[in-house]
Amino acid sequence: MGRYLIRRSLFLILVLFIVSLITFIIFVKLPAGDPARRAAGRTTTEANVEAARHAFGLDKPVYVQYARFAKGLIPWPGLFLNEDVYFSYANFVPVKEEIFARLPVTLTLAVGAAITWLLIGIPIGIISAVRRRSVWDRASMVFALIGVSAPVFWLAYLFLYIFWFKLQLAPSSGIPIGTSVLEAVLQGRFILPWFVLALAFAAFYARMVRGNLIETMGEDYIRTARAKGLSEKRVIYRHGLRAALTPVVTMFGLDLATLLGGAFITETVFNLPGIGQYAVRAIFNNDFPSVMGVTLFAAFFFALANLIVDVAYAFLDPRVRYT
Amino acid sequence: MTDPLLEVKNLTVHFPTDDGLVKAVDGVSFSLLPGETLGVVGESGSGKSVSFLTVMGLIDTAHAVIEGEIIFQGQDLLTLPADEMRTVRGEKISMIFQDPMTSMHPYYKVGDQIAEAVRVHQKVSKQEAHEQAVEMLRRVGISRPDERADQYPHEFSGGMRQRAMIAMALSLNPDLLIADEPTTALDVTVQAQILDLLDRLKQEFNASIVIVTHDLGVVAEHCDHIQVMYAGRIVEAGDRRDIYYGAHHPYTWGLLSSIPRLNESDEKERLVPIRGLPPSLIFVPPGCAFHPRCPHVFDRCRTEVPELLPADGHHASRCHLSLADKERIFQEEVMARS
Repeated sequence: MGRYLIRRSLFLILVLFIVSLITFIIFVKLPAGDPARRAAGRTTTEANVEAARHAFGLDKPVYVQYARFAKGLIPWPGLFLNEDVYFSYANFVPVKEEIFARLPVTLTLAVGAAITWLLIGIPIGIISAVRRRSVWDRASMVFALIGVSAPVFWLAYLFLYIFWFKLQLAPSSGIPIGTSVLEAVLQGRFILPWFVLALAFAAFYARMVRGNLIETMGEDYIRTARAKGLSEKRVIYRHGLRAALTPVVTMFGLDLATLLGGAFITETVFNLPGIGQYAVRAIFNNDFPSVMGVTLFAAFFFALANLIVDVAYAFLDPRVRYT
Repeated sequence: MTDPLLEVKNLTVHFPTDDGLVKAVDGVSFSLLPGETLGVVGESGSGKSVSFLTVMGLIDTAHAVIEGEIIFQGQDLLTLPADEMRTVRGEKISMIFQDPMTSMHPYYKVGDQIAEAVRVHQKVSKQEAHEQAVEMLRRVGISRPDERADQYPHEFSGGMRQRAMIAMALSLNPDLLIADEPTTALDVTVQAQILDLLDRLKQEFNASIVIVTHDLGVVAEHCDHIQVMYAGRIVEAGDRRDIYYGAHHPYTWGLLSSIPRLNESDEKERLVPIRGLPPSLIFVPPGCAFHPRCPHVFDRCRTEVPELLPADGHHASRCHLSLADKERIFQEEVMARS
């Protein structure tokens, strides 16, 4: 297990280097304007532009430029996303600072939505599988179809229109300045975003749980459980779900990790200052260090989640062993 | 005469499907005395497994039409409420299945799976149930049972898993054990061990056993009575000697001729397969269901369904041939080979 973890961790760092290299090549090959000229201002001298170029390190050879960014990948205090390279070309704020300021918002949004979709999706999936072909099953699957099909931005505006504008049940979008994330949660400002973001996932999870559980209930060991004289409830919950939910853990880990990289559409419609919003603004501004920082941050979470899921599997399925 | 432990009367199990009505079991009657071992033989789709899954109450009644009576210890199991049936299942009647690889839950320890069966039916502590599970594993011949109880099914070999399944099935000391193809998925050497184990445990636990199999060779030494099923019906029933030394049905002859014999002097002799395929259970052939495959078919077989008629006392067969013909053909074609 120890050796396995070390190998996987080294692999994780390799993945980050590959991601960073690809991101860097895209930046070099597809210049959307000269960052130095943009930073120097509209009316300026060539000397100022050169000064900006030097400050950004853009006057150095390309491989040196990449090396500077790559150094920020090493997970060591002082090196990781170091501020001499990873600062915003737009407002000179260190990327690290910006990400950590926005992380609570994204984290709250992602975790809240994840809990919401599990609470909606898993029970619906179970009911559908157990009462297969009933009215419940059909209604749930219609819900799942709508949930998967409805675009998030449309759903977001629909929810805002109904629950805020018409019914006045929910607060408006955004987090007022001076309000902490915790206060915003307590004011219910995250409820609509959670539901909007969770709905598509809930629909997908309901379908997945239903499919897995139906398949599991046809297994021989379920027949054995029934032959032992267990109650149907115990057969479903202890024997059926145990096997049916294990693959869901994998999906859940990866989905949650993806959202930690920012849920851009939800963040934008509900005006939440999260990482997704920051990433998109950075791309529009051709703010390369920010783009790189956010990309690596998202990639790191994704790779880490992968590792955690794989390790968790060894505990969930006794047949899985790592060497 | 003792009352039968299990008496099945005119059992019919039909599955309505989009393609038509599947007549999996079509009017099956038999009885089983306490302490008896019954062998039920037939090809896939002969209704042998479905009959006994129905006895266990493991056929989903939402998708099947079940008629007839299953009298077990004086109660009709088919009219028993679900929760009472559950106390019968596992405690009075238990079952082991064909494939021990897939019949145990892969995520739970073997000992826990046995203990679970105990705890569902008896008011015992976790500790006691565990001890009982270990004791059962020991009784089915698993060495170091206390260590083995803490292992998962994938750490067991096929034969050991089947032993563990038997331990689970017998942990509540049932009156009837149904073994559905208990040796089909196992190596030949292990098959004999498992069958001997069943024999021994039958004495120890004083239970009746039903062995469902497609292999007449398997049941030869271990069954008191044998019934042969074809297309959802019993085509021949009798005690072991009746079947092996005087079978009356052409299908049984076919099964007997397809058992390999190792003591043959003539090495060139080949096994004689039964020609053709088992019939569709939706469009069962008219008359005798076996007639399209029968080498002794004549006109009456194509139109008239033969009754299950006793030839002498308990040996019965469902065939239009005269008793004299049956005995002659058996001697000429089946006994001549062995």
